[in-house]
Amino acid sequence: MDIPYTVEARPDTGVYNAKLGIWLFLASEVMLFGALFSTYILLRTGAESWPHGRDLGLNVPLATLNTMVLIASSVTVVLSWASLRLNDLKKYRLYMGLTLLCALGFLVIKYFEYMEKFHHGHYPSFNTFFAIYFTLTGLHGLHVLGGIVVNGYLWGPGVKLWHRDPQRFTNRVEVAGLYWHFVDLVWIFLFPVLYLL
Amino acid sequence: MAQTHDVESIRRETRTYIKVFGALAVLTVVTVAISYLHMPPALAIVVALLVAIFKGSLVAGFFMHLFHERKLIYWVLVLTVAFFVFLLLYPTLWELNLNKL
Amino acid sequence: MALVDEHAHPHVGHAEGHHEELGFWRKYVFSQDHKVIGIQYGITALLFLFFGFTLMMMMRWAIAFPGKPIPLVGGMFQEMGGVMPPEFYNQLGAMHGTIMVFLGIVPLAVGAFGNYLVPLQIGAPDMAFPKLNMASYWSYFVGGVLMLSSFWMPGGAAQSGWTSYPPLADIAPPGQTMWLIAMLCLIISSLLGSANFIVTIIQLRAPGLTWMRLPFFVWAQFVTSFLLLLAFPPLQAAAVLQFMDRVAHTSFFLPSGLVVSGQQLAVSGGGSPLLWQHLFWFLAHPEVYVLILPAFGIIAEVIANNTRKPLWGYRSLVYAVVFLGFMSFIVWAHHMFMTGMGTAMSTFFQTTTMIISIPSVIVLTALIISLWGASIRYTVPMLFALAFLPMFAIGGLTGLPLGLAPTDIHLHDTYYVIGHFHYVVAPGTIFAMFAGLYYWFPKVTGRKMNDLLGKIHFWLSLVFINGVFMPMFIQGLAGVSRRLYDGGASYSHAQPVLEWNVFMSVSAWLLAVAQVPFIINFFWSMFKGKRVGDNYWDATTLEWSATTSPPLAHGNFAEIPTVVRGPYDYSVPGAPRDFVPQHEKLQEA
Repeated sequence: MDIPYTVEARPDTGVYNAKLGIWLFLASEVMLFGALFSTYILLRTGAESWPHGRDLGLNVPLATLNTMVLIASSVTVVLSWASLRLNDLKKYRLYMGLTLLCALGFLVIKYFEYMEKFHHGHYPSFNTFFAIYFTLTGLHGLHVLGGIVVNGYLWGPGVKLWHRDPQRFTNRVEVAGLYWHFVDLVWIFLFPVLYLL
Repeated sequence: MAQTHDVESIRRETRTYIKVFGALAVLTVVTVAISYLHMPPALAIVVALLVAIFKGSLVAGFFMHLFHERKLIYWVLVLTVAFFVFLLLYPTLWELNLNKL
Repeated sequence: MALVDEHAHPHVGHAEGHHEELGFWRKYVFSQDHKVIGIQYGITALLFLFFGFTLMMMMRWAIAFPGKPIPLVGGMFQEMGGVMPPEFYNQLGAMHGTIMVFLGIVPLAVGAFGNYLVPLQIGAPDMAFPKLNMASYWSYFVGGVLMLSSFWMPGGAAQSGWTSYPPLADIAPPGQTMWLIAMLCLIISSLLGSANFIVTIIQLRAPGLTWMRLPFFVWAQFVTSFLLLLAFPPLQAAAVLQFMDRVAHTSFFLPSGLVVSGQQLAVSGGGSPLLWQHLFWFLAHPEVYVLILPAFGIIAEVIANNTRKPLWGYRSLVYAVVFLGFMSFIVWAHHMFMTGMGTAMSTFFQTTTMIISIPSVIVLTALIISLWGASIRYTVPMLFALAFLPMFAIGGLTGLPLGLAPTDIHLHDTYYVIGHFHYVVAPGTIFAMFAGLYYWFPKVTGRKMNDLLGKIHFWLSLVFINGVFMPMFIQGLAGVSRRLYDGGASYSHAQPVLEWNVFMSVSAWLLAVAQVPFIINFFWSMFKGKRVGDNYWDATTLEWSATTSPPLAHGNFAEIPTVVRGPYDYSVPGAPRDFVPQHEKLQEA
């Protein structure tokens, strides 16, 4: 017996299972990052002085570029979903490919940023600012990595599902997209908090 | 809605996405530029967070299509946001209450 | 009136026709069937409960007979002449708490009972995401194995209490790092599980099964899942931060100028030990409701079934647990009255704590009133359910003085606290788990458990469990601290109440003996127990009335039933039997 509402929406709730599932997952993610932001606020209010990220050598231009890259990947992933709804698999692959490239680019830029910090002896143990900086960006980076794995699957081998059950595949891309936007959303808050304030 | 395959409406959505992308890019530049003005910290924090909240709403509202979502999803998020606010503020209020005494 | 039974004869094997047979591994080990996963959770959790109990029995020796060689397992401590070293006692304490809460009761209450029963009670063919369900179990399993393996780490397992307060936990031996990694696995497991439960309950309810027709057990699981989903991530964050502290030498929880053993710690400082307590109790207070809500659910089902009448105040019960779930997020700081919080904060948390006791009392009252005027069947599950009521009441009421700062300052960290929460969790939740095991055993196996052995198990457990925990109130009120390796023998103020230590320890060991009838009964009944019909207890809910015992392997139901009535239509006037299943229409003649 098949599980109902895996593809079509349940009439009284108006959503299919995976969509509700991903929003619940994102709700728990909100609480995870919420706890870390709470940590940041507590450490900052409790500290005698709190350094400005820029004064400690955080690279604002590079981080601004990274923000742009991530925003771009967010728009390409939603465009890839729109392409699927227009039955255009070629464009889907193009946009999803661009998303992956942006995500990889983000990690590469992040890698250079990290290396620059390490080069100056700024490890997480240096002070609480770098501790929270590395923890937040590191955890965010892991989320980016997770997104690359999921989106990479949907770009490559996962496409098989499109030929069997296009609606289900479109749903999958929508759900993966929702996750990816959330990763972008977190960065939108991380960027000013860590680099600009 | 996810299920509609009305070509015209999807194309219209696509144009919206591009516009939102433009707005996000501009706002990113704005928030960086403001940070070079060296405003007093309290004001700088408020301004930067307001910009971030606005950007976040654009992403959530258009890219995650929350502006046209079902009631059920709203309920889940309302509940989450309530606890999120508790979690975010309490330890800090605690610290402030402690310092006053 | 005549009775129309739409699904009088579920077609056995009908649903299995178009499914290929799965191999051994896919069928029993890496199964995606919620029933198999439920049983896997059940067996693993019972083993962990037994293991955690064993750790406690060893601790009770050190408390009752400090400095004397411990029998049976003394060979582990040869260099100490068979005497348990204090560090090992600390490991036992930390691991007893961790294992009982995170590896025993939660997986049993939610993973086992929830997994097995929720889809059946809502008329669903399976959980919404079977693969995630499997991943959830295996993540739990890996977490459990890592947790156990930490005993073999250099310096032993975690020994900073199940609460792992820093700075102590930050500088503890490497076992603590393993504890953190294992906890991350367990948190991932419960996040996957809880999202799955919520989606299943919202999306997969059978036609006609409206929210107010859900069995109370499903409501309890629903609220529990929200607690797990939203309260666990802050602990996940806290575990990541402590992991950073221990591995990357950050100072999230280490204040400036910390001195350990006469030497200043070489860290940057600037952190806050209290931060951990906030993040930990943000999870851990909802967590205690995760422990008790499924128990409420089980007890409600058993009481409705054995009183043969509808639950009194079903709606009040539902609203009470929803409110309880919500409030449980904003009471956490009553665990922290001793940290020197300001009066404004303290007032707030005392108030919320008093408010949260109201829904608990509503639940208990509704369950007690349900007994009024009933012709009660004193079955084994019902005995456990009946014992649950006063035991939980003791646990709950002794909690009130702990929720008020003036009394808590005296009682904080004494044996009184231990007595309080063990009354809630041991004769409370664990009795409810036993009630559930005896009640649903016929559903899972198609056989019933032996009544005589069950009754022996019940009465002995009831006597000895009170023998273990009641004296703790006496010792606690006298000011004896918890976590003392010698049970207070070296403290003068503890001397007048010291004699209770032997009494409690002997009760604990006898409590272990009292479980022997259960263990024999469990395995014997599994293979040799009396075969019983599909609806052995004459119950109304779908898992009994609309499918076979055990339920069909693929999809549970021959045909998804349509629900036409509330969950507890017992003794409906004019009905042909004293119960009317949820999917049965009564027709006007």
